[in-house]
Amino acid sequence: MSCEMTHSVLHGYLDGELDAARAAEFEQHLLSCPQCVAELEAQENLRSTIQRAGLRERAPEKIRRSLQGAISGTSATGATDEPVKRVTPIRVKASIRPTWWLTLAAAAVFVIVLGSRLLPNVSQGRGGDEMTAAIVDAHLRSLQPGHLEDVISTDQHTVKPWFDGRIDFAPPVNDFISDGFPLQGGRLDVVRGKTVAVLVYGRRKHIINVFIWPTNEHDTAPQPGSQLGYNWIDWRKGGMELVAISDVSAPDLAALQKLIAQ
Amino acid sequence: MSPGVEGSDLGVLDLQERARFEQLVLPHVDAAFNLARWVLRGRNDAEDVAQEALLRAYRFFRGFNGADARAWLLQIVRNACCSWLEKNRPMDLSTEFDEQLYPQSGATPESLAIAGDDKQRLTQALEALPPRFREVLVLRELEGCSYKEIASITSMPIGSVMSALSRARQRLQQSLTQGASAKNVEAQREL
Repeated sequence: MSCEMTHSVLHGYLDGELDAARAAEFEQHLLSCPQCVAELEAQENLRSTIQRAGLRERAPEKIRRSLQGAISGTSATGATDEPVKRVTPIRVKASIRPTWWLTLAAAAVFVIVLGSRLLPNVSQGRGGDEMTAAIVDAHLRSLQPGHLEDVISTDQHTVKPWFDGRIDFAPPVNDFISDGFPLQGGRLDVVRGKTVAVLVYGRRKHIINVFIWPTNEHDTAPQPGSQLGYNWIDWRKGGMELVAISDVSAPDLAALQKLIAQ
Repeated sequence: MSPGVEGSDLGVLDLQERARFEQLVLPHVDAAFNLARWVLRGRNDAEDVAQEALLRAYRFFRGFNGADARAWLLQIVRNACCSWLEKNRPMDLSTEFDEQLYPQSGATPESLAIAGDDKQRLTQALEALPPRFREVLVLRELEGCSYKEIASITSMPIGSVMSALSRARQRLQQSLTQGASAKNVEAQREL
């Protein structure tokens, strides 16, 4: 007998693309369908294998360079010279007017580029992207052998004091083994120059890292996202910012987030 | 054209556009290259095609008003890859499943020895898939695109993305298991 969900809805669930009602329906279905349970496990394993293999290839530097060259080499006036390079010939008196204009243009490029680098939040509202990218990197790094935990313990009463004296904030350490998220340990990590506490939870054969650091910002509702096939949820509560990240499905991660935020 | 008032206005406008391009599109150069690399199955061709697609994106950036610059760029890259394949390797587009590529690579003992290496095994299995399966897998698993983004990049109805991914994953798994059983056969022969 073959279950028709195995090759359809299961993938939507795996990818966290089902709405809450359909996800709950599928979870209900999982209770009575061993075929889907086995396939979900197999698909999660396939995903982990793909993620760990590091198949994504970076662009050769040449592409970036030639694109940069093309960008700075074109101009709306039809002139092909780079405005930035024209800044220096200010001493060429004969062409004082165009030079003055080009200097101004170059200064504008500088200001705009600088502005866009310094103020990603204001201009794009996506300032968290860099932090998220850094956390994805830290998560990947933690999956390397020997990098996962500094203190290996399933006992929250061992993990909690371990953080004391090492950091000046107290991350919420709780074991959720009865809910299927056993605490495996903790470690300290440095993400973009910030020392952060990391709690490590297990979910079947998968690892969930929860990055925690103090913040002065207001509490925020959980914000899910995904990058490079990893799901993450970011939220702030009681002066802490937390990011849970893993290759488990989005609903699984949301379940852990709820437990931690309780 | 002399840089008159009109010219300088245009110039400033363009500088803003340029900065916007740098801010929105440049962070996705790796994604653009990676997609081309997997669709074309090679770094050299991918370099040429991705570069051309990026220049095209720059030229047509004024036409971009949407929110998702990555999906917009990847759509251009994907189209560039398709045109390139049509022109240079039309067989690729009609290939259902590259029998030649897969079992062959799984057959030599040397490659099998290294095939324990997930990366090589997966690369071979992925490259043996038809391009339309390969692209959805790369977009989902390597770039982390949502179904909505995959639909817009591949011009596929959003309702088809889930089943395309499902079939692609089954084929990939099938291909990996074939590789693994070929490996077992070889191992037994060695004994």
